Amino acid sequence: MNAILLILGMMVVTYIPRYLPFLAFSRRQTPRLVKRFLRCIPYAALGALILPGAVTAIPSYPLVAMVGIAAAIICAWIRKEIILTVLISVTVTFLILSILKI
Amino acid sequence: MKKNGNQPSQLREGILASLPIFIGYIPVAVTFGLLAKSTGVTLLETFLFSALVFAGASQFMALQLIQMGVSPIQIIAVTFIMNFRHFLMSSYLSTFFPEPNHFLLPFISFGVTDESFAYLATRKEHPGHHFVLGLQYSAYVSWVGGTLIGFLAGAIIPRTLQVSMGLALYALFIAILIPEVKKSVPAAITAITGGLIHSLLTRSKYFSSGWNIIIAILVAAGVGSLLMNEKEGEDQ
Repeated sequence: MNAILLILGMMVVTYIPRYLPFLAFSRRQTPRLVKRFLRCIPYAALGALILPGAVTAIPSYPLVAMVGIAAAIICAWIRKEIILTVLISVTVTFLILSILKI
Repeated sequence: MKKNGNQPSQLREGILASLPIFIGYIPVAVTFGLLAKSTGVTLLETFLFSALVFAGASQFMALQLIQMGVSPIQIIAVTFIMNFRHFLMSSYLSTFFPEPNHFLLPFISFGVTDESFAYLATRKEHPGHHFVLGLQYSAYVSWVGGTLIGFLAGAIIPRTLQVSMGLALYALFIAILIPEVKKSVPAAITAITGGLIHSLLTRSKYFSSGWNIIIAILVAAGVGSLLMNEKEGEDQ
């Protein structure tokens, strides 16, 4: 029971920040400076989502993770298909871990 | 202006576009289900975690804190800080939808995750409501479904495969970011700044991890908005 209350609480505090901006920002013309700032959020967020998390994605084997990341970068640079990049990166990582018998 | 193509076809396009996210979520969700089970959380509670909170990192954090005996109020407070980054993401996404009273916005906002945001925010044209719903809720099905699979059958997935799948979501972010970076130097600098600041803050352990990413995004977006020229700052 207690756990369900915890989950409901987590839901509320997660949902409010997700919803509020839709009420606030879509209402009227946003000033140009704010618009430019908002426009940069995707790139800033992607950078912060990738680093440092990606390096520690394979617990206790950062080097293996880095090879997987490198594979993803190279693949994404050459081809635009997202799914291909994801599959190649995971496969490369899996092969290395299997060969090293980790 | 947005094209109002017919809704079922928008929905279908959104679902198709979600495939990488759908696949990327499964291993993470399976791990969550597996871990929840080993923490002693019931099947119903595990399901509700994924179905109602729908925010991976905070769910993992909650399991850890439950195990440490931290009080629910504190766990909720940490969750708030951790998920506040979505405020920034929703702020950006809201610029796609000029009518604040549209009946679908409560559902679209519930579906905002790092991954769906990353995908939507870097698309060339503004997506319609139904495209966004298709993308988000296909990912939702994968997240909730994966959680149940993990709880019920997670142990049968080979460990090496599970570990390698840990890279899937990062590969997804990289796949979304790289084409943008190739097009625009300010975008590249903004992303690198975000990553570096987040790394430094994480290393310094001065703030909690929820704050780290918020600060990193704010500072990097600030730097980026100084670099972007007027044309890039405008909507295409």
